[in-house]
Amino acid sequence: MIEIKDIYKTFGENEVLRGISAVFEPGKNNLIIGGSGSGKTTLLKCIVGLHEPTKGQVIFNNENFTEMDFEQRVPIRKQIGMLFQNSALFDSMTVEENIIFPLNMFTDMSVSEKRDRADFCLERVNLKDKNSLYPSELSGGMKKRVGIARAIAMEPKYLFVDEPNSGLDPKTSIVIDELINELTQEYKITTVIVTHDMNSVMGIGDHIIFLHQGKKAWEGSNKEIAHTDNQELNDFVFASKFTQAAKEKL
Amino acid sequence: MFSTLGRYILLLRLSFKRPEKFSIYWNEVMREMVSVGIGSMGIISIISVFIGAATTIQVAFQLSSPLVPRSIAGSIARDSNILEFSPTISSLVLAGRVGSSIASQIGTMRVTEQIDALEIMGVNAPGYLIAPKIIACMLMVPLLVIFSIALALTGGYIACVVTGDVSPADYLMGVHDGFMPITIQVALVKAFVFGFLIASICAYQGFYTSGGALEVGQSATQGVVYSCVMILFADLMVTSIML
Repeated sequence: MIEIKDIYKTFGENEVLRGISAVFEPGKNNLIIGGSGSGKTTLLKCIVGLHEPTKGQVIFNNENFTEMDFEQRVPIRKQIGMLFQNSALFDSMTVEENIIFPLNMFTDMSVSEKRDRADFCLERVNLKDKNSLYPSELSGGMKKRVGIARAIAMEPKYLFVDEPNSGLDPKTSIVIDELINELTQEYKITTVIVTHDMNSVMGIGDHIIFLHQGKKAWEGSNKEIAHTDNQELNDFVFASKFTQAAKEKL
Repeated sequence: MFSTLGRYILLLRLSFKRPEKFSIYWNEVMREMVSVGIGSMGIISIISVFIGAATTIQVAFQLSSPLVPRSIAGSIARDSNILEFSPTISSLVLAGRVGSSIASQIGTMRVTEQIDALEIMGVNAPGYLIAPKIIACMLMVPLLVIFSIALALTGGYIACVVTGDVSPADYLMGVHDGFMPITIQVALVKAFVFGFLIASICAYQGFYTSGGALEVGQSATQGVVYSCVMILFADLMVTSIML
């Protein structure tokens, strides 16, 4: 479980996050949604420690992550997997080397064990036999799937996903969403996803936080979102005629 | 300026923290040594031979007095190449070749979130990315400078054979006469310091890149410019301290 308490983040004069608190439970897809510039990615980066919050606490299973130094964070970081918006695969390494990299760094597994683990992770994301390809030889959807395979290589307790559907066609987006959902359920991972894709929100949003101007403006599930009377959330979720029509049918 | 210096020193401190796994860092050092050393031999060979030849011809041209023995041309060319041209010119060229590559490689990793990915995994990114490059440069630049000195002296000999301004026998006598081993020590100390400056300054520029492709290019340019300026400054310092 991850708990964030009263998170503030300021860049110079610009206050991006203003007192956000939430609890992210294991086995659930926790979605952070909001318009561009609402602070979604900044909040995610504060949670994983890429940005230090100006104020507030991030607690991983009762351990205060915010107060730890780099060395103290390493054991928690070994339990974290993250899929970046642009996948962030190491370009100089093959698909297999990308997946094996954290295993090389932090485990004493033999070469064959590491290869088996890489094969398992690739099979899990339906990319069998792509071990020797380089990231430049992969499509956007394949890169995302390799990113997921790398993220699950260390059997993480926490999975963070930044804009998993950006730049992908709707069909591939659904495949990625289903994959994240399956992994979350199967391994009881605490998954936090930053997105503004409405298909993801409606499809896998077990727990949703809506950010507006750096504040938490709404919290609930995908079942509740269609019936909310929160004006900002309605303006965001049902912005297009298509989603408005879908809402009227609900 | 002081905040930049402070950030540079802090980055170096982080770079030389105890590695997570020594074998992985060792492999990285070896890979970087091949990239810096073998990859730079071509350009170093070309500039060394030409500079050695040009220096010998120019020294011979200036020694027009019949009272000065012609072999002096060999001695002056030798000391100029050992003390100044081989370490300094080679390092300036290496700053362009190796330094820009280091800054753009690390800068690209920064803007494509690859460094963030390392940090999320719990890997000490400066240690993994920067320390092997600094160690490789500090080991390989002195070797390249020795290689450069040998080729520069060979270039001088070729110039003597081709132009006849100084006879090859006089040149070789000049190269042998009055050789002081301390000149080699000075050249090696310079090369060691220059190797450190090239790798650390360019890595710093790359590591703190923010933005996109344009900023990566700017970081590479700044890395090369700053390391060239610092090489010239360090050249003066080492020369004045050791000679």
